[in-house]
Amino acid sequence: MATLPIRASSIGAADTGARRRIRARLPAAFALLPTALIVLVVYIGCMIWTVRLSFTSSTLLPKFDWVGMAQYNRLFLNDRFLTSAENIVIFGVLFISGCLIIGFLMAVFIDQNVRGEGLFRTVFLYPYSMSFVVTGVAWQWFLNPGLGLQKLVRDMGFESFTFDWLVNQKMAIYTIVIAGLWHGAGLTMAILLAGLRGVDADLWKAAKVDGIPTWRVYTSVILPLLRPMVITATVLLATGVVKLYDLVVAMTLGGPGIATEVPAKFVMDHLFERNNIALGTAAATIMLITVVIVLAPWVYARYVRPQGRPA
Amino acid sequence: MSLKTRVSAYTLSIALVWSSGAFAQQMKAEVLHWWTSAGESAAVRVFADQFTKSGGTWVDNAIAGGVNARAAGVNRIVGGNPPTMTQFNTGKQFDELVDADLLRDLDAQAKAGKWSEIMPKLIVDAVTREGKVYAVPVNIHGQNWMFYNTKVFADAGVEPPKTFPELLQAGEKLKAKGIIPLALGGQPTWERNLFNAVLVGHGGPDLFRKINGARDQSAAKSPQFKEVVEIYGKMRGLVDQGSPGRNWNDAASLVITGKAGMHFNGDWAKGEFIAAGQTAGKEYGCALVGASGGKLIIGGDVFVFPATKDKGQLATQDKLVEVLLDPTTQLEFNKKKGSIPVRMDVDVSSMDACAQKSSAVLKDSANQVEAQELISTPNFTGAMQDAITQYWNNPNMTADTFIEKVSAAMRDAS
Repeated sequence: MATLPIRASSIGAADTGARRRIRARLPAAFALLPTALIVLVVYIGCMIWTVRLSFTSSTLLPKFDWVGMAQYNRLFLNDRFLTSAENIVIFGVLFISGCLIIGFLMAVFIDQNVRGEGLFRTVFLYPYSMSFVVTGVAWQWFLNPGLGLQKLVRDMGFESFTFDWLVNQKMAIYTIVIAGLWHGAGLTMAILLAGLRGVDADLWKAAKVDGIPTWRVYTSVILPLLRPMVITATVLLATGVVKLYDLVVAMTLGGPGIATEVPAKFVMDHLFERNNIALGTAAATIMLITVVIVLAPWVYARYVRPQGRPA
Repeated sequence: MSLKTRVSAYTLSIALVWSSGAFAQQMKAEVLHWWTSAGESAAVRVFADQFTKSGGTWVDNAIAGGVNARAAGVNRIVGGNPPTMTQFNTGKQFDELVDADLLRDLDAQAKAGKWSEIMPKLIVDAVTREGKVYAVPVNIHGQNWMFYNTKVFADAGVEPPKTFPELLQAGEKLKAKGIIPLALGGQPTWERNLFNAVLVGHGGPDLFRKINGARDQSAAKSPQFKEVVEIYGKMRGLVDQGSPGRNWNDAASLVITGKAGMHFNGDWAKGEFIAAGQTAGKEYGCALVGASGGKLIIGGDVFVFPATKDKGQLATQDKLVEVLLDPTTQLEFNKKKGSIPVRMDVDVSSMDACAQKSSAVLKDSANQVEAQELISTPNFTGAMQDAITQYWNNPNMTADTFIEKVSAAMRDAS
């Protein structure tokens, strides 16, 4: 009997504590509200809207009938979409791995305390300041067999020199990769260089005392330490892969033929040029699903699983 | 005293400016279009000046790129904040806006102006939906002209070809002289434009309509179509290695500078020749290639008028229709645009040789062929374009494989 009032009062204290906490969080929640609304309405809302439209027969204007999977059947019979899908895989793998490797080598090079470091840093990072459109146009001129590299080398006397990748259906996608690498490697370098500069000097001293060769220190000690930077760079580059559009438009316009078509261009063309909203949104939905499938394991490993473990 | 007069003069001028502003407010037209290149903007200024002269205020809303401009126009109309008039190409681009009752019906204006008498029938048909007119055509562009460098042809001893088999032979002769026979902007649109030129020139207007309009599977399987496809395939040998990805104006300049012999394009390409100081009929010529003198594929630009209940806007729209089709305006506009007047009753003797030729050819309605966008949905046009560009750029693709792709496009495209 005597304990009861005490317990009651302690419940009351806990209650006001929780209320106080909610009250303390209220301004924060209020401040986040606009962002949350934008995410919900604009991002999630548009996503649902897009997926819904892909099950309709919409052409110029949205229509809300239901045609089931018809658009998806069409999509997977469409040469151009299949080529686009293949191209984005080729581009994605080569572009991300290429940027990481070249970026890392450039970062290591600058990390050797070379003379004129500022100059090299600027030169390596400079391409990133160009838009994809400028990059595309510049490389289009440079790789054009009649104007650029091939003509230059031929004019120097090597008559049989041939470099016609830009106009060759089988090789054209690799010219897009080259232009992409030129554009993106510098950013990767900057991120990894920041990481390299953050490495504790004592590690290097310890490695020297142990007599470990420098390349071995880089691959076995430094690279694992740079993991967060590598992940950051990869995510940034991956977003570039998914939205690849302007580089292709400026450089090849998807050609020769359909050799360098990419999914984003497929979506844009069908939405705005060909009055085929349904097929365009179906392609966009497939892009979304692919991105989710690729990202899901990583998100799970990074954010979901650690919460399950005790801190 | 002097101060007082100055003040009152000041007030008066303010009042004048204000009242003229208020007057202009009643005739304020916001015009959305994509005419942004030098020649095009000079052309649209003719409309703007004429409209200003008749007491209106022209608010110019130019958006670079037809696709972007059309998307902006459609978005604003659907969103309920339409411009006074907005541009489309002659054809099916605005079909669904008509279906959704978003465009003003211009039947009264068309009847009053006797459009069906003064314009080519297929242009009027192209702006008519279920018996009512919904757009104002402002020009006619011929799309399948062959431009050629007269000096290059004379030096090689080649006559301008009259048919496509002749063109292939002429091409070989030019090639032997070290000249690029055919300058092509190797982008899907221009590859399709060239295909259409061969289709109408060698296959004839009926086949053109059956393939692009009716999506006739049996026409696609016919021997005539296969012949067209094979000739087009052979033309791959007439272009240079740098063609893929090239812009059309760069292709035209190859002909201007004498590096190439021929270039197929719409009459808008004249602008490049004019800018280089060349005159039609002298340094360059234009010809139609095909049986019986060739047929001209025609399209053009139209303006549509979003539906409105605002009386002021309705009056402004009426005035705009009047200005757009005024004979003098038509002549001046089309001289700058490179097209020909949509009114066949306008005297074109002051225009260049190519425009006069255009006008003469179109006098006979048997020579008029409607552009692909007049008879085909943008989606089917796009599907055809995908097939054509694959065939053109892959020399190993056979005519039969291409025909399969065309037949699949006819079946699948909405």
